[in-house]
Amino acid sequence: MPAKSAAPNGNAPILEVRDLKTYFFTEDGVVKAVDGVDFYVKHGEVLGLVGESGCGKSVTSLSILRLIDRPGEIVGGEVFFEGENLLDRPLDSMVDIRGDRISMIFQQPKSSLNPVFKVGSQIVEVFQIHDEKMDKAVAWEKAVALLKRVGIPDPESKAHAYPHQLSGGQAQRVMIAMAMALQPELLIADEPTTALDVTIQAQILDLIRELNHETNTAVILITHDLGVIAEMADRVAVMYAGQIVEEVSVEGLFKNGLHPYTQGLIKSIPVLGSVQEQLNTIPGSVPNLIDLPAGCRFASRCPARVEHGLSICEEHMPNLLEVAPGHEVRCWLYEDAAGHTAPLKPGKGKKKK
Amino acid sequence: MTATDTLAAPPQAVKSNSLLQLTLRRLFKQRNARAGAVILGFLILVAIFAPAIAPYDPTLSLLDIEPVTIRQAPCIHLLGCPEDQAQHLMGLDGNARDQFSRVVYGTRISLFIGFSTIGLAIVAGTLLGAIAGYAGGWVDNVIMRTMDVLLAFPSFLLAIAIITILGRGLQNALYAIAIVNTPHFARLVRASVLSIKEQEFVAATRALGASAPWILFRRILPNALPPLIVQGTLGIAGAILEAAALSFLGLGAQEPAAEWGTMLGRERGQVFTAPYLVFYPGFAIMFTVLAFNLLGDGLRDAMDPRLSQVSKAK
Amino acid sequence: MTQYILRRLLLSIPVLFGILIATFAIARLIPGDPCTAALGERATQAACDAYNLRMGLDEPIYVQLGIYMRDVLTGNLGDSIRFSRPVFTIIIEKLPVTLELGLAALTLAILVGVPAGILSAVRRNSKVDVATMVAANIGVSMPVYWLGLMLAYLFAVLLRDTPFWLPPSGRLTAGLSSIPFYRAWGLPISDGTFGFPIFEFLSNLYILNSIITLNFKVLFDTIKHLILPAVALSTIPMSIIARITRSSMLEVLGQDYIRTARAKGLRERLVVLRHGLRNALLPIITIVGLQVGTLFAGAVLTESIFSLSGVGRSLFDAITGRDYPVIQGFTVVIAVGYVIVNLAADISYAFADPRIKLD
Repeated sequence: MPAKSAAPNGNAPILEVRDLKTYFFTEDGVVKAVDGVDFYVKHGEVLGLVGESGCGKSVTSLSILRLIDRPGEIVGGEVFFEGENLLDRPLDSMVDIRGDRISMIFQQPKSSLNPVFKVGSQIVEVFQIHDEKMDKAVAWEKAVALLKRVGIPDPESKAHAYPHQLSGGQAQRVMIAMAMALQPELLIADEPTTALDVTIQAQILDLIRELNHETNTAVILITHDLGVIAEMADRVAVMYAGQIVEEVSVEGLFKNGLHPYTQGLIKSIPVLGSVQEQLNTIPGSVPNLIDLPAGCRFASRCPARVEHGLSICEEHMPNLLEVAPGHEVRCWLYEDAAGHTAPLKPGKGKKKK
Repeated sequence: MTATDTLAAPPQAVKSNSLLQLTLRRLFKQRNARAGAVILGFLILVAIFAPAIAPYDPTLSLLDIEPVTIRQAPCIHLLGCPEDQAQHLMGLDGNARDQFSRVVYGTRISLFIGFSTIGLAIVAGTLLGAIAGYAGGWVDNVIMRTMDVLLAFPSFLLAIAIITILGRGLQNALYAIAIVNTPHFARLVRASVLSIKEQEFVAATRALGASAPWILFRRILPNALPPLIVQGTLGIAGAILEAAALSFLGLGAQEPAAEWGTMLGRERGQVFTAPYLVFYPGFAIMFTVLAFNLLGDGLRDAMDPRLSQVSKAK
Repeated sequence: MTQYILRRLLLSIPVLFGILIATFAIARLIPGDPCTAALGERATQAACDAYNLRMGLDEPIYVQLGIYMRDVLTGNLGDSIRFSRPVFTIIIEKLPVTLELGLAALTLAILVGVPAGILSAVRRNSKVDVATMVAANIGVSMPVYWLGLMLAYLFAVLLRDTPFWLPPSGRLTAGLSSIPFYRAWGLPISDGTFGFPIFEFLSNLYILNSIITLNFKVLFDTIKHLILPAVALSTIPMSIIARITRSSMLEVLGQDYIRTARAKGLRERLVVLRHGLRNALLPIITIVGLQVGTLFAGAVLTESIFSLSGVGRSLFDAITGRDYPVIQGFTVVIAVGYVIVNLAADISYAFADPRIKLD
């Protein structure tokens, strides 16, 4: 396995995930939800983690905080946070990281807030968990200030509201307030806008962007929406069936995305103003994560494989290979069987209709 | 994208299973359900072969037949009871009847009680619930409010009151238990009828000229079946427990019937001197009720897809 | 909140009314002549006529119903046919026995059932979970009278002469008596004093009475007598509460907000107890409310096993003895109890779940 995602010189990454494997041991078999994932996040940057639903994005993010429940289990890999492998920590001491140094927001803001507590006290709880001596009244003041910061109107009275009295957008603002309470070094946002109205989506993304600039908090933004990626991310990791298939800067992704899956994703974005006969979609679906094929996991859906007549795809797994500085891709089009970079066909061959 | 048609289909195993097969498969994956089924199978065998298993007539007093005394302690040859004495695994009761034979025969009565009362309650409840749900309006109101009143009383006390009206005895106890169990099934079926009545296919079937009862029995009942089976199995457990309690109080099965509750009630005063006469019948009740409870729980888990997903969540 | 309680109380009135009519109907449906039940099989026709006249049993049925309603509303529950004593007095005497037993059993059921259910859910599929659920399954299948008898045999006979010995029947050891607190305190209260029934009722709650009079000998003796019946009676509710706690907890622990609580850095124990239990409580409250019916049915059997003269056993005796006034009076008490418990459950539910609007 190529443990090859070292940070560029000078700027050591705040988070580096190496060969992470998280499996679910179900009655029907072992689901390899995350199967050897490598990526890194630099200080203050926004990394987009993109892929279809069920590709392991969320499991990856939960694995970083070690929030995987049975029957799931992190079976291998390393998660370096500020140089420390979080997987080596006693599980009990993860509570010092969670919510304080790495925090998280989720896809369903309303159900992510506890329905029986006031939103103010749910924010207060964050302060009190990590500083037991903090006075309740002081914490409440801080909570109200946070609510104001994330753009909740009338924060004094909204702090007394229960989650069911908030709109989805407001609930996500509360979640963000909670996540940013202790100014974490890393924020993981798992599809933070998917459940929200389009107009609210932009506001929430702006808020995350602002906080990222303001506090220099690094962000892992998980999404299936390349539009969000284009707007928010500095770099992008594309995930497919439990693996990273391409990792590149956001400009590189849209200008020169190399993996056939990445290209498929880009082509499936509706383009404003251009009338398409039909929206391109990627045929087929994600393979069953229990009975994974031996070779490339995208092989069965890959148009390039058919086009170039590659037989190796179904037999051997390609490596994640650095094809240009800061650009990695996992595909036999760019590598030969001996593991050397193959200078052939950088994905242009399929232009012929 | 001409390449599309040559792409292999994703390797997804799709097993086609009927609901019944699926349910059974899920059912027997559960330890509890398996245990319940095994116990129940055992009890049914005991009930069928009671004459072969029981060494004595369960109602026969042995006083003039063998040299025995009443409430004689168990005599088990394997445990050192002299070989020249007749073996009585669970001792003799107050009338010098062989307790083991009585416990064995008791299986028959208890299983009969469980199945017959709940069978009756299911039939009555299904009819009432189906009529209420299908007819709606005042018919629905009258039926369901009556059911509500029945449910407002603790069911065991209601059963006692009904027996007091009907008179003591096993048969009346069965009616009483069937009556107090009926509202549960009526509610279940009515809810099911109401939800399905809304669905278009019933309207469509109707438009095709099918008669109302046909719709009811062909379309609606199969949908109400899974909850009925679950409630029925758990209901049998409750019915056996209640019937035994009624008999224990002297309201149900009467002497000399080999009914566990009756046996227990007759000898309760002797618990300090002849505990074996209380222990075995009570244990038999618990064991039998447990079988139905385990099976019913297993069925509920197997038939409720929401629950079975818990283990796969995330 | 007051408004909500008032409205719920008003809504209870039709229910109570319906139950009164039903009770009246059941009492009249019971075959057999109350006259012969009261005066014996050989009572003459003349004696019976006089009796029926005195008891109002010669009036048409709807007049009897009217009289009955009026009496109940004015607090007059009539006299027991068999004991020739006011039903009210009998209730004052018997209800505390059942109340004490029921509360002890319910407390035990909650104190054991809820933690067992939580533990089971948190350690899902572990040995603890399997053991707890096997025990709970056996518990719901338990004939309580059998368990009561076996416990009595175990603790009163097999453990005789050990410190674990427990008495198999009664409320107090012969020779001991519970002195009513008003007498212990020398209050000038006797039969006929205003509010006497209330004092009498409270003093018949032996545990309460012995605590406030600091009579620890009676207190310990009462508790000793209460243990076995309370354990027997609590078995089924305990098992049901454990099961519902487990399933409710499992459902709650899979919710998004639990993940949030963990992501905040909250310790697992607090995640379960603060965020989990608080939400899992809702179905548990409902189930606990429903157990009161089970407890009452169980009380008939338990009181019979342990020679406790409480409501359950008295009602059973009244039904079999066709003592109409007692049946009716006790049913009214039970119905009122039901309504109060349901109201209490609804109100606690509303307190526990802010999503439920009270008005």
